[in-house]
Amino acid sequence: MQWETVIGLEIHAQLATQSKIFSASSTQYGAEPNTQANAVDLGMPGVLPVLNREAVRMAVKFALATNAEIGRHNVFSRKNYFYPDLPKGYQISQMSLPIVGNGVVSVELEDGVVKEVGLTRAHLEEDAGKSVHEDFHDATGVDLNRAGTPLLEIVSEPDMRSAKEAVAYAKKIHSIVRYIEICDGNMQEGSFRCDANVSIRPAGEARLGTRSEIKNVNSFRFLERAINFEVERQIDILESGGQVVQETRLYDADKDETRSMRSKEEANDYRYFPDPDLLPVQIEEELIESIRKTLPELPDARRARFMSALELSEYDAGVMTSDRYTADYFEAVVKKSGASAKLACSWISGELFSRLNKDGLELNASPVDADRFSQLVERVHDNTISGKIAKEVLDKMWSGADTADQVIEKEGLRQISDSSEIEKMIDDVIAANPDQVAEYKSGKDKLLAYFVGQVMKASRGKANPGELNKLLQEKLKG
Amino acid sequence: MTEKADTEVGNEVVEQVAHLARIQIDSDSVSNYASEMSGVLQLAAQMDQVDTSSVEPMAHPTHAVQRLREDVVTESNRRDAFQKIAPSVENGYYLVPPVIE
Repeated sequence: MQWETVIGLEIHAQLATQSKIFSASSTQYGAEPNTQANAVDLGMPGVLPVLNREAVRMAVKFALATNAEIGRHNVFSRKNYFYPDLPKGYQISQMSLPIVGNGVVSVELEDGVVKEVGLTRAHLEEDAGKSVHEDFHDATGVDLNRAGTPLLEIVSEPDMRSAKEAVAYAKKIHSIVRYIEICDGNMQEGSFRCDANVSIRPAGEARLGTRSEIKNVNSFRFLERAINFEVERQIDILESGGQVVQETRLYDADKDETRSMRSKEEANDYRYFPDPDLLPVQIEEELIESIRKTLPELPDARRARFMSALELSEYDAGVMTSDRYTADYFEAVVKKSGASAKLACSWISGELFSRLNKDGLELNASPVDADRFSQLVERVHDNTISGKIAKEVLDKMWSGADTADQVIEKEGLRQISDSSEIEKMIDDVIAANPDQVAEYKSGKDKLLAYFVGQVMKASRGKANPGELNKLLQEKLKG
Repeated sequence: MTEKADTEVGNEVVEQVAHLARIQIDSDSVSNYASEMSGVLQLAAQMDQVDTSSVEPMAHPTHAVQRLREDVVTESNRRDAFQKIAPSVENGYYLVPPVIE
């Protein structure tokens, strides 16, 4: 039987506020346990949550970036369940009146096809604390620093049809939230988390099959693997005459499998009701307009501009807009270096990215910033140095603070384009290799490369390769 | 009356709600709670009869809207004070009976 995979994603994006959603505690990651949990976060009796203005603004910004409806009248509800890292016994969330309504996100797939994925909604809620199971003897440790961190839960329609599509969508949302600076997108630290609702149905069937929800996926690679595993598991069940059970499953990256997390009879009944501690929130037109003014150029628009105005290929434009920092870096280099966008792009995606990869660094932590890098590209562009020498210059810049010009000056790496100087080196090489010259003249054309190599060596790599080739061929002919 | 069936709370519903709320209740008082909860639902059903088509739904009894707080950190670390009343702590963590997922 042909099966069709149906996937919807729930993405939890931690909003990049300074303080928590309902209290004035810090949201900074990595503090000592429980040093950033105040009476509100701990659920002490008699405290009152007060909503963070910035969290509201960020949610509205997301709605604007995805052309989604904005919930003008917002209500916060209590989602009731018991777990040690949820001290109040309920999570403040939004149920029937969320801040972000229907929207659409365009997702570029590998084959260049653009797929529209529907956003069902996105709502504000508070994060829970963290439970630590490993470090304590016969006990679980609870750290409530994360409790009360603002989250935007972004819920998609079940529009994805493969793990690859789901990953492309998740990456798109990741890119948007980072572009508009509402989330740092750090998946290792849990700032951006994906849950996948996965089901299968016979191809052509309109009704949805029973789904399972996969939790605990903290990288795009694992998301793809977890969904693929889950699809295979469900196909095996249905093809052997069984039934898929609606349940939550945990992805185990070490074993590359999903396993059941909560038993069915414990099916959650959250008994939502409006939180009496919080009044409804009105989103006024004025607020929306003031936020609209702060919206940066979004990835889709920027990508299109890189293709039309800077003549990058679709692929290159995609790479250069994969996140805002890369796009800003690239644009700065193009502008400052005066080089073509193509040259700037190939130096960034090639030499720069490979060095960053090797050192395990993100671009924003690059030892060579856009300013210094643009001078290097400029020197390649104006033929002061060859591409090969430029790599050496970059290595020196990587480990030191010198600019490209300083390195070129100190190491004497300026490209030799002066033809008389190159001619002299060619003459020396020809004089020293009479046998090879004879062979070349008798038709062994391949020896040209040998002569080029010899002269290059004599110039310590500095001879202008174009000039060298031209002059050498002339000389050997004569 | 058709509402009758919808407002009837059986013993098993009481037990389920008690379980969800982690409340221990005497088996003797279950049927008492069942009839009290039925009474509450009947009241709601009775109010349902009122024509509210011209009334805006509300989530809060006042007509005020939420005041928002500026995004500023003003809280300092008071872990020691909070942990003084905790039954068990270790290395800064609150300890609870082991939770196995």
